[in-house]
Amino acid sequence: MEETDVILLWGSNAREAHPIYFHHVLKAVHRGAKLYVIDPRRTPTAEWADGWLSLEVGHDVALANGVANVILEEGLQNDAFVRNATLGFESWRAHIKQYDLARVCALTGVDPELIRRMARDFAKAERAMICWTLGITEHHNAVDNVFSLINLALLTGHVGKWGSGLNPLRGQNNVQGGGDMGALPHKLPGFQDVEDASVRARFEQAWGRSVPPMKGWHLTQMFEAMGRGELTAVYVIGENPAQSEADSAHAIERLKGLECLVVQDIFLTKTAQLADVVFPATASFCEAEGTVTNSERRVQRVRRALTPPGEARDDIEIIAELSRRLGFDFGTPTAQQLWDECRTLSPMHAGMSYAHLEERGGIQWPCPDEAHPGTSFLHGRLWDADATKRGPLAPFQVTEDEPPVEALDAEFPLRLTTGRRLESYNTGVQSQGYASPVFRRETIDLSGADVARLGLRDGEAVRVVSRRGAVVAPVRVDPGLKAGLAFMTFHFADEVDTNLLTIDATDPKAGTAEYKAAAVRVEKLG
Amino acid sequence: MTRRTVQLTIDGKQASVPEDATLLDACTSLGIETPTLCWAENLTPVNVCRICVVEVEGARVLVPSCSRKVEAGMVVHTDSPRVRTSRKLVLELLGSSVDMSLSPIFLEYSKRYGADPARFGPKAPKAKAGERDAAVPGHHHAPDGTHAATVAQPVKRDNDLFLRDYEKCMLCMKCVQACGTDAQNTFAIAVSGRGFEARISTEHDTALPDSACVFCGNCIGVCPTGALMFNVEHDLRAAKKWDESKQTVTDTVCSYCGVGCTLSLRVQDNQIVRVTSPSDNSVTAGNLCVKGRFGWGFVKGDE
Repeated sequence: MEETDVILLWGSNAREAHPIYFHHVLKAVHRGAKLYVIDPRRTPTAEWADGWLSLEVGHDVALANGVANVILEEGLQNDAFVRNATLGFESWRAHIKQYDLARVCALTGVDPELIRRMARDFAKAERAMICWTLGITEHHNAVDNVFSLINLALLTGHVGKWGSGLNPLRGQNNVQGGGDMGALPHKLPGFQDVEDASVRARFEQAWGRSVPPMKGWHLTQMFEAMGRGELTAVYVIGENPAQSEADSAHAIERLKGLECLVVQDIFLTKTAQLADVVFPATASFCEAEGTVTNSERRVQRVRRALTPPGEARDDIEIIAELSRRLGFDFGTPTAQQLWDECRTLSPMHAGMSYAHLEERGGIQWPCPDEAHPGTSFLHGRLWDADATKRGPLAPFQVTEDEPPVEALDAEFPLRLTTGRRLESYNTGVQSQGYASPVFRRETIDLSGADVARLGLRDGEAVRVVSRRGAVVAPVRVDPGLKAGLAFMTFHFADEVDTNLLTIDATDPKAGTAEYKAAAVRVEKLG
Repeated sequence: MTRRTVQLTIDGKQASVPEDATLLDACTSLGIETPTLCWAENLTPVNVCRICVVEVEGARVLVPSCSRKVEAGMVVHTDSPRVRTSRKLVLELLGSSVDMSLSPIFLEYSKRYGADPARFGPKAPKAKAGERDAAVPGHHHAPDGTHAATVAQPVKRDNDLFLRDYEKCMLCMKCVQACGTDAQNTFAIAVSGRGFEARISTEHDTALPDSACVFCGNCIGVCPTGALMFNVEHDLRAAKKWDESKQTVTDTVCSYCGVGCTLSLRVQDNQIVRVTSPSDNSVTAGNLCVKGRFGWGFVKGDE
């Protein structure tokens, strides 16, 4: 990160949401790297940018395709890389021609000169990086958004090299590790396909039990299956969907309709309050042993520093005990024993013994053996001079601009987008436990122009209404917002349940809800 | 770019170091232990404390080894009478004016160089709250000759997370560096005033919650004298319950966002009493945000 020359931070307010990652960005900026921030809001992140591209919410595909169009028009693409390492370039190129700057500016509202400048800087850089967060993925067309960014990296060859590449900044401390360990509907640990019989056979041999051969549901599909009555029992570990799901009134209704809801958590969350059974667990980062994986694929050790309170038990112990009572006794293995078993089944983790992790202070996967130092960047194979060693080539993906599902109209004229603030986190169950002097409580942030137009005062409580629900929150004037744009978080869900407003329109491939784009109106109280 | 190597002589021994090394690096490469107070591996050297000075033949004055770059053929003395006298005087001036009692390394250096801070006489009375902050250049009057001037003043406690006890501030600048371009880039604090009235201050000396401070606590992480301290630690010390023999330090990973910052949790009686991060950590370089440093209140522990 620190040695790159151009950084595109797309849909990310890293200064507040990933503060220590942003330290590395700032090291690069002080070294002379150019930073472009693509975000509808002028966030504290955007304030550091050489160029801030304030696009209309949800038109990321149009902007990315417009950048690609400039690069192609000016002949700045990396022809050798495109020829050697990619597929589908010519048909994609024909498609991109539709995204001329006049059209892109009409869709995104971004100054064409700024788009041109970013495209040139990105394409001409020796090293360049695209990093993104939920501003890209919390849309009904999340996967197309990501594909559009990948296209830019393929077009310029900014991938598979030191100081270059594509980096999604993960929002939770082990969301990467959850995926690594197979907490995905179609994968076993190490991203191995559950529908592959030879993969299943290895796991079945190790576990002495058969592995269901079919992929499961992702979270959104699970909620839909609850709605259809096909999913009747749910076991929730360390998640608070009653407050984190979009359109939360709808989500709660579905959780209430279950025959059996089990929650394993360190808090009696709103979800736990709906449960038939609650297992009090330990805080994994300081009351338990194990590993987590961070955003840079680095597997890191967590260690027990405190004795857990009361009846709280380690997650492993709870699951082992539950399994025993259900008729399969696998004893009570330690975290290290489970990890060592995982290393025998997941080749990318094979070299990561606790001793090796300790010695190197964490290791980035893949790490196939204990002599291996880990892998600081992926996809280097695409650059191999020997075509037979390049592996599967990377395809360009044709993507089309699609506006947010919920269009603005006279009844709901404001675009509500959601995100995080520095001192808080998600539904607030963790972050409300300390006395931060920067806590602001929840507000609806609006532009000065809208506050004046609606005849409101800064701090005045208002009702925010969407097609799904309404909440009451005080107004805060945010000079970083343009007219027509509103911002809220869901950090204080017990007081202001923002997800009553958000829309559960989801991406068909990823299942992510469109938290970033709801239509609302603001009403004066009384 | 390949770095060239430079040869020089330190205390009669040959050192061979990269061309961009400092004299401190060169001393370290020969196993010569050099005292430092304002230097830290994760901060840009500001060479303000002058404890690391060494004698370079041909140079008119002693040079700070933490920031002076090596040059081919330099002849350096690190333990000459001039160096020892200078280090001793620095320690005496600091020891007489600043409460250095929570800096074990300072106490060790004082012993090594035979520093006697008491020779300037008994300490002058503590300033009243706000008195030093109101000083403008020219306000300082020469001491009466019988008492040692000090920076003593009441503790500033204006929030629930950490406090500032500037009686212990030696103006090493580490907090300003960490708040500035070396890490946090928030620029909430800087040096205000001149001469003996110089002090670390927020803009217009506002309370921290009204300042630009974002409560990352990276200033606490680098403070070498205990001037910046978690409230919980300060209260335990005040109640004489701070007991390092009962404490453990465990490295783990923060439970918030996906950056993966290593937290070193210092625990006493099953309660977290201080959170830091190792300064050589590749993710954090010793820095944390407000959630990592202070956001663990939800962990109650078994009381």
